[in-house]
Amino acid sequence: MTGAVAIGLAGGIIAGLLGVGGGVLFVPGLVIFLGLDQHQAEATSLLAIIPVAIVGTYVQDRYGNVRRGDALLLGLLSLAGAAGGVVLANALPGTVLRDAFAGLLLIVAGQFVRRALGSREGAAASAVADSHHSEKV
Amino acid sequence: MQVVPEASLHRSLRLAAIGTLAGLFSGLFGVGGGAVIVPLLVLWLGYGEHAATATSLAAIIFIAGFAALTQGLYGNVHVLDAVLIAVPAVAGVLIGTWLQQRIPGRTVSLLFAGVLVLSAVELILR
Repeated sequence: MTGAVAIGLAGGIIAGLLGVGGGVLFVPGLVIFLGLDQHQAEATSLLAIIPVAIVGTYVQDRYGNVRRGDALLLGLLSLAGAAGGVVLANALPGTVLRDAFAGLLLIVAGQFVRRALGSREGAAASAVADSHHSEKV
Repeated sequence: MQVVPEASLHRSLRLAAIGTLAGLFSGLFGVGGGAVIVPLLVLWLGYGEHAATATSLAAIIFIAGFAALTQGLYGNVHVLDAVLIAVPAVAGVLIGTWLQQRIPGRTVSLLFAGVLVLSAVELILR
């Protein structure tokens, strides 16, 4: 239970920092600390994400960072995909889904390492882009 | 003037592609889909980091809401366990958005990656 609370807190912090739902931490946390199977953990994670996303959006909106039109469009255009994903998840055996999820975690981890290590080049590139931009202006 | 509707159609198509991909990811893996949305908003639509993470969170309300509803029809949702995770997570998201303005993204990314690798190893060994 302490583990579940800790993973909830960590997932929330990650959600606020990185703009994700926190599910990449909630799902393993629900499996490891609360003994849910993979399907139950994924379903329960989705429910836990909702209040996190609402509060995170509210705070970010006060900073003026939310582009409401794009967010609404993105959200509405994702509904068919979301339903399809759930149907697909429930058609797959739990063990397959769990191993695929572990693979997903490794890919996302690799992506963040690359982003972190490349951030200097990224900063240089955006500085170049900025100077191009100001030339145009 | 002709350029404006074309550009916005192009944008809408990209948003549709990102949304569909994020929705599939979310439904299949029980995540919000932000790991798909944030990098694609930056790469395809030229978003800055703050606008991308903020807009992603807003889209996730719809995505996770609809996916959770669909999972509910399968009877997989454990409401009390969700509350147990969500209460500290809501506190966490307040800390996270506050921190976002103050610490280097690079440190966060590496820490996050470390936690993901540990979780993956734990799941595979199970």
